This record gives sequence, C-alpha cells and structure tokens, in this order.
Amino acid sequence: MSVVQHWHRETPSPQHGAAETGRPEATGTSRRRPAAVWWRFVLRRAGRTLGSLFVIVSVAFVVVRLSAGDPVRQALGPTAPPSLIAERRAQLGLDLPLWRQYADYLGGLLHGDLGTSILTGQPVTDVVEGRLPKSLALAALAVLVTLLIAVPVGLTTAVLTREGRRRGLELGFNGATGLTTAVPEFLLGTGLVIAFGIWWPVLPVAGSDSTASYVLPVLALAAPSSAVIARVARVEGLKVLGRDYMRTARSKRLPTATLYLRHALPNMLTAVLTLAGTTAAGMVAATALVEQVFNWPGLGYALIQAISGRDYNIVGGIALVYATLIILINLFVDVLLALLDRRTTLLER
Amino acid sequence: MPKTRLGAAGATPTRLLATVLVVALVVLAVIGPWIWGDQARVPDPAHLAQAPSGAHLLGTDNLGRDVLARVLTATRRSLVMAVGATALAVVLGALVGALPVVLGRRVQRVLASVLTTWMAFPVLLVALFTTILLGPGATTAVIAMGLTMTPVFGRLMQTLTAGIESSDYLVAARMLGISRRRQFTRYVLPNIAEPVLVYITLNIGGALLALSSLSFLGLGVQAPDFDWGRMLGDALPAVYTSPWTTVAPGAAIVVAGIAFGLAGEVLAGIARGQDSPVRAARTPAPAAALGTPPPGAGEHTTAALLTVENLRVEFPTAGGWTTPVRDVSLRLHPGEIVGVVGESGSGKSVTAMAIARLTSSTGSVRSRRLDFDGTDLAALSDSELRERIGRRIAVVFQDPSTFLNPALRIGTQLTEGLPDHGGAPAGARNKAVQLLDRLRITRPETRLGQYPNELSGGMRQRVLIAMAQMAEADLIIADEPTTALDMTVQHHVLRTLHERCHEDGSAALVVSHDIGVLTSLCSRIVVMYAGRVVEELSVDALLDGPAHPYTRALLASLPTLDTEVEKPLDTIPGHPPHPDEPIAGCAYAARCTRAEDRCRTDLPTLTPGTADATVACWFPLTPRTVTPRSAT
Repeated sequence: MSVVQHWHRETPSPQHGAAETGRPEATGTSRRRPAAVWWRFVLRRAGRTLGSLFVIVSVAFVVVRLSAGDPVRQALGPTAPPSLIAERRAQLGLDLPLWRQYADYLGGLLHGDLGTSILTGQPVTDVVEGRLPKSLALAALAVLVTLLIAVPVGLTTAVLTREGRRRGLELGFNGATGLTTAVPEFLLGTGLVIAFGIWWPVLPVAGSDSTASYVLPVLALAAPSSAVIARVARVEGLKVLGRDYMRTARSKRLPTATLYLRHALPNMLTAVLTLAGTTAAGMVAATALVEQVFNWPGLGYALIQAISGRDYNIVGGIALVYATLIILINLFVDVLLALLDRRTTLLER
Repeated sequence: MPKTRLGAAGATPTRLLATVLVVALVVLAVIGPWIWGDQARVPDPAHLAQAPSGAHLLGTDNLGRDVLARVLTATRRSLVMAVGATALAVVLGALVGALPVVLGRRVQRVLASVLTTWMAFPVLLVALFTTILLGPGATTAVIAMGLTMTPVFGRLMQTLTAGIESSDYLVAARMLGISRRRQFTRYVLPNIAEPVLVYITLNIGGALLALSSLSFLGLGVQAPDFDWGRMLGDALPAVYTSPWTTVAPGAAIVVAGIAFGLAGEVLAGIARGQDSPVRAARTPAPAAALGTPPPGAGEHTTAALLTVENLRVEFPTAGGWTTPVRDVSLRLHPGEIVGVVGESGSGKSVTAMAIARLTSSTGSVRSRRLDFDGTDLAALSDSELRERIGRRIAVVFQDPSTFLNPALRIGTQLTEGLPDHGGAPAGARNKAVQLLDRLRITRPETRLGQYPNELSGGMRQRVLIAMAQMAEADLIIADEPTTALDMTVQHHVLRTLHERCHEDGSAALVVSHDIGVLTSLCSRIVVMYAGRVVEELSVDALLDGPAHPYTRALLASLPTLDTEVEKPLDTIPGHPPHPDEPIAGCAYAARCTRAEDRCRTDLPTLTPGTADATVACWFPLTPRTVTPRSAT
C-alpha cells in the first residue's frame, strides 16, 4: 500500500469550509445542537426587529414634531386664526411637554393608535384600516407573480445558455430584461393606462371593483422586478449548473425535470429569495405609485392626498405602517432562508 | 493599473451606444435650458393641449407649452438631481464606511445591523420622513435619495477598504514608512476608485428613475419647476384627452435609465477585464485525423464489455482548441478492473468522463469506436442514453466536498432514479443502508436523513461510492475514488469494490495518479501521458518491470517499505506538456533519459511487447533491468 497521502484533500474546500471546520465529524449530539442554534438565531433576529421598530417609531415622532416648524400651522395654512390653531393644538395634545407627548405617543402606538389627522381629526387608524388590505393585496400578488415569472424564466434561460450556448438568446434575454428594468412602475402603469384605457379597452384601468382590475396594477408592479430577479436567477442558475454535484446528478441519467427541479432549483433559491425580500419591501412602497396611476383605493392613494394637504400626522402614520411592514418582511425572509438553508451556515453568521 | 484599463475602452457596439447616450444627455443638460428654456415655460393660451404637429413636434400641454422643449429643458434638472443625490450618497457612504475604523467592535456590530435595516428602506419611505421634516421639494427629494443610497456605498467602501487594509502592497508601504496621506492617495484611492466608479454610474441611473417617481408623486420637484417625473405626474390627469404629453417625458426617463445602466455595465465589464471576451467556441473543432487503429482493432471480441478505439477529446478555450485526450484506446471485460494512471494533465480523468458522456457539452468527443456491451454509445442521443444505458454505467467522482448536492438528503441522493426493477422505495432504502454499512459508515439509517454537510469528508466519499453501487451497474467508472480517505478506510473501500466486481461480474475503470493504489486493485494498468496511452500491461508485467521509461519512473517515485528513509524519493524532472502544445514525436522525450533524435520527431505507436503488454516507445526497456519491488 502506498504511503503517499494527499493531505490537501483533507483540507476543506473554501466553499464549505465554514460549515466543515466547525464540526469535522457529525455525531449524535449534533441532533440537538441545531435546535439551540436555531432558537438563539430567532431570538436575536426578533430582538433586532424590535430595536429597528423602536428606532423608526422614535424617528417618526421627532420628525413629525419638528416638521417645518409647526405641523398645525402647516396643515391649516398661514391664514388660519391663532385661536383655531391653539384650539387644534390642545386637541392634539401638542401643548403638553415633549416627554409627555412622546410617552402618550408610545402608549397610543401600543394600543394601535397611530395619531389623528390634523385636518379632520379622524384617527389615522381609520384611514389605514380600510385601505391597507387593498394595498397589501396588490403588493402580495405582485411578489407572487414576480417569483412565478422570474424563477422559471431565469432557470430556463440558464439551462438554455449554459456553457456559452445560444449567444443570441443570451443577448436577447439581457436586452429585454435591461430594457424592462429601465421602465419604472409608474411609467409602465401610465403606458398600460393609455394602451388599455384608450386603444384596447378590455381591462379596467381604474378602481378595484372587479378581479380584472387587479391585472394591470399587478402587471405594472411585477414587470420591473421580474426582470431584475430573472437576471439574478439566470446568473445563479448558471453557477449551480456548473457545480460538481450537477455532474453527479447527470451521471444518474435522471429525467430532465428531476435534474433541474430537484437538483438545481433548491440551490439557487437562497440568492433569489434574498433578493425577493428586498423586492417585496420595495413593492410595499411602490404600490403608492401604482395606486396613483390606477386610482386604486389603497394606502398610497391616501398618502398622496395627505402630502398635498400637508397633513403630516397621516403621512407619519402611514410611513410607520410601511416601515413596520418592511421590517416584518425582512424578518420573515431571514427566518425563511434560515429554514431553507440546510447548510445552516446562515444560523452561525 | 486600473486607469489604463478604463482608458483602453474600445468601440464595441454596446460601449459606443452607452457613450453616445451619456454624452448626449450631458450635452442636453448643459445647453437645453439656454436654448429651449423660454419656450418651455411660456404658456400659450392659443394652443392648449394640441396633438403633435409641425409646429409642435410632440404637441403641447394643457397650458399650451411645447412638450418637446419642456422635456429637453428638464434634462438638466433631472440629471443634476440624480448626480447630486449620488454625490451625497458617496460622501455619506464614505463617512459611514470609514466609521468602523474609529469605533469599537460593539459599536461596529450595532452599525452593521443598522445598515442592514437601513438598506431595506425604499426611497419613498425615506422621502416621507424628509418631506415631513423639510416640506416637499427638489432638495428634499435629493436628500432622501442620497440617504437611501448611503448604506449601499457605505457597505461598498467598507468591503473595499477592508480588502486593501490587509493587502500585501499596503503592508509593504507601511513598513517602508510611507506617510498616511500618501498611502491613501497612492495606494488606497486608485484601487477603490474603479469599483466605486462603476457603482456611481449604475446608481445615477437608479437615482434618476427613483427621483422621477418621487416628483411624479408630488414629493419632488414642485411647480412651476419641472423635471421628467413632474411632467408625467402633471400629464396623468389628462391622459385620456392628451396622451401625447406622457410620451416624451416617459421616453426621456427610459432612455436615461438605459444610458446609465449600459454605461455601468460597460464599466463593470472593463473593470472585470471581461468586456471583450474571445469567443473561442465560434471556431469549429479542428477535424484532426484520429489516430491509427490500435493493435487488434476491429476484432469483435464478443467478451469485451467496453471497447474504446482512438478516442480524441477537444475543448474550446480563449486561444483556440485544446486537446486533453489525443488518442486513447482501451478494452474492458466483464468482472475486470482496469486502472488508468498518469500525472495530472495526462487526460486520464477526461477519458473517463468522455466514456460516461459527462464532459462539458461544448467539447468535441470523437472516436473510431465507443462500444458498450454491443451498443454504440457515440450514436445515442441523451434521451436514448437514458433509456438504453441508464445506470448500467455508474460513476464515482473525485471530490466528496463538491460532488454531493448540499440541498438534498443523503437518502434521496442514494435512492433516486433507480431502474424500476430496483424495487419499491423501501427496498431501495434497505439496500442503501446495507451498502453504507458494508462501507463501514456508522449508523447508516440515520445518515439517510442527513445532509452532506453533516458528514465528514471520508463518509461523503463512501456515500459517492455507495451511490455508484446502488444501481448495480455493469461498469463502474471511478475517478480518484480513494484520495479523500485515510489509509485504513481506503484499503477497506478498495476491497469492497474488488469483491463486488468479483461477485457479480461488473467491470470497473479506476482512474488514479497513485500507481500503488491501482496495483493492489486492478488486473491491468493503462499508463497515460499527454493524452495518449504510452503503455498497457498486466499488473504482473508491471511488477516484473515495465518497458516504458515513463512507467518505470512512476514506479520509482513510489515509496515502499524497503525504501531508505534518508534517501530522497526519485522524482521525474520537468513538467508534462500542456494539452494545446503541438508535439512531434514522443511527448515524454523532453523528460526521458533514454530519448534520442528519433523520439523527438517520430511518434511511437503502441506495439505488442512481451506477452501481456503493449508499449509506445522506440527504445523500450526489458523486464530484467528493474530494481524496485512490489509496490504494495
């Protein structure tokens, strides 16, 4: 037997190095360890979420209080009589000391009180309640459609263009996605309104009265992000297809569907879902744009009205809702990724 | 140097388009307001909301202002805002990125988590806060945009400077006592300038799109000022009556977005040094003639399981075609274990992969004959291969850390895709457990539910071996199957493989650079050098003393129990030739002590030497002259 040993084979490859050096040989105890690691991760991540929320809430308070001098004066205009302003200030609790206001504000938030409109005295919660579901429906559908388009298109293009094949398709794909990314949601929406409102009126271009009215707003929201994610999915797909384990899978002469769906897809999901999380966060805000274009009775629509009316209590309240949603989406994606990522490197990070 | 690389931008169509677009935008931004500024602002009650015509190429808006003039004028404001926001982000990002240097570790971690959350906030949300604070307006929007992009640049600067901090040249500069200021301007700045420039260009495009969406919503530019976004926002209520007012600003936004997007990609391509790739695959594979048929070619020995004659494998590279396998012929009988040995680069692994049809699809695989159990493998399409050969040919791969799928359980990877007669899933699982057990893997049932990262390297290698055995293949092709294993396990695994072939008559082709491993396992050895078989002989003949000087050198470099510890091992001087090097004569001649003029000009062909050996050498050695003993 040869004594020439190849020690370098024993050194872990950089790719899996982190996971490997930590536990050279998995033993019985490793069954319990991931659970502990897992809960520590969830707790730490939840703590960070609460911290972020607290910071955002405080920033919103400070910003609204400092808003260009006096929010009430801003809202009621320079011609409003001083008596009305004083009355409204007292109504809103703005004559109290700042720390009292902050405490009341935090206490109110805990009870689901987002403040009241400076103009109408209507609770911000009332404005949000009816409109939030409409906006969320748009955003959620758009994220779903984005993933349903981008991942299959990206993976298929990766398969077709792997190892430098079909340069024409690669060029076309890059051109088409590049062009789509350069058309922002509101612009695409405007184009769709012109196309379907004037030239070919088969789909509703305003309001949310029927299921069909979801089609165009969702399309306007989903198209640009689909292009971005499809590009990433293709690049990730190419990376995965070039991996050694794909050769192992090929050596088993598996059916094409099994080869790509079982062996390639799960390995590209981490990167795609990470980006999808950012996209979903952006989508929440982008609804405001699309709602404006399609007269969609959602949160964004109310937001624009509040901005033009300088009603900063409503603007601040809605901003808080957006921020909370985005922070929660991030938490959700992080936990989802940790669940999906069997290599558990994510947990140890 | 980075500067020269960026400066060397040639004229590919993409580069040209990007340059033309960006230059046009900049020129328009400079001259636009001077030329069309008045026309863009003055309302004309006589021509309200007119469709495009000769006088107004793109029509007029609801106040009678010329749309084209307005779009051209708005170029400056749109561009200046985007550039301003990006500049703000770069400055703030540099500050944020530099902070960790002066902060403690605790604060650094907090900062990192703040950056992560901050990065998730879209521009609209940031704009809401700045608008509440400062009121809506162009400046507010620019600040919001700058703040939104800040963490991106902060991260970038942090990553880049961290990489340079520890770089050799900066360490050297520090040791030479070069001043901090000079270190920064001479060493740090030039090295981060390039990626930062790419990022800046891409972000100007992104900022332009985002700022126009803010203006569109009324959070940005306020009337009577206007940018493209504001124009679109103003045009929206009248979209049914005068849709043309939306076309021009929309087109301007798209063109500007494409311009900076393209420019960024071009710059990134240049920075990566990949923008003008040599597409070697364009040139067709050279149709070099296949080698002369080997001795005994064409004989239809019915007993042979695998017959390979004159295999040639070529791959496209940047410089043309490379030929890792020039001329390989070999034959395997059922139950036989044949070893292929050679240094790295000899083409042994590529030969094995080409037989299993697992080489990259861009390569060209040709042969006079590639016959498996009466089927011409070369004539089969991929799907025919799946149907007719399926898993009758199994492969054991080299590297256990990369050849198992990290996302799938061991059990799935072992039991999937078995032929139907392999039995029910439960049957397959039982079999997998038995195999793992036989390969001395502890608690095999548990292993089936685990993922590759939970197993050690040695266990993973044995899983790969078990995977090849699951299908009860007639031919096992093993590429360095035991390199990851320690000596005792290696011995055991080899014995298992040996027993298996002995018991059910399957054949194995084992590739290794370790001639010692092969002599203990195989009955016949094929020695490869520079893509050709230089000698093929039985293990007995090998131990008696091979005829080819190269085989003998391989044997001599092998330590045995008799080797004196003090004496250095024999090594073969020189390197094997590169696969795309043209070689006249014997490829080994350059390193061979016995080489004469003929070796350098004429290629020796495989000719039968002694009873069970063929050799390709003009001056073969005779068996008696050998000194080293059995390698095992």
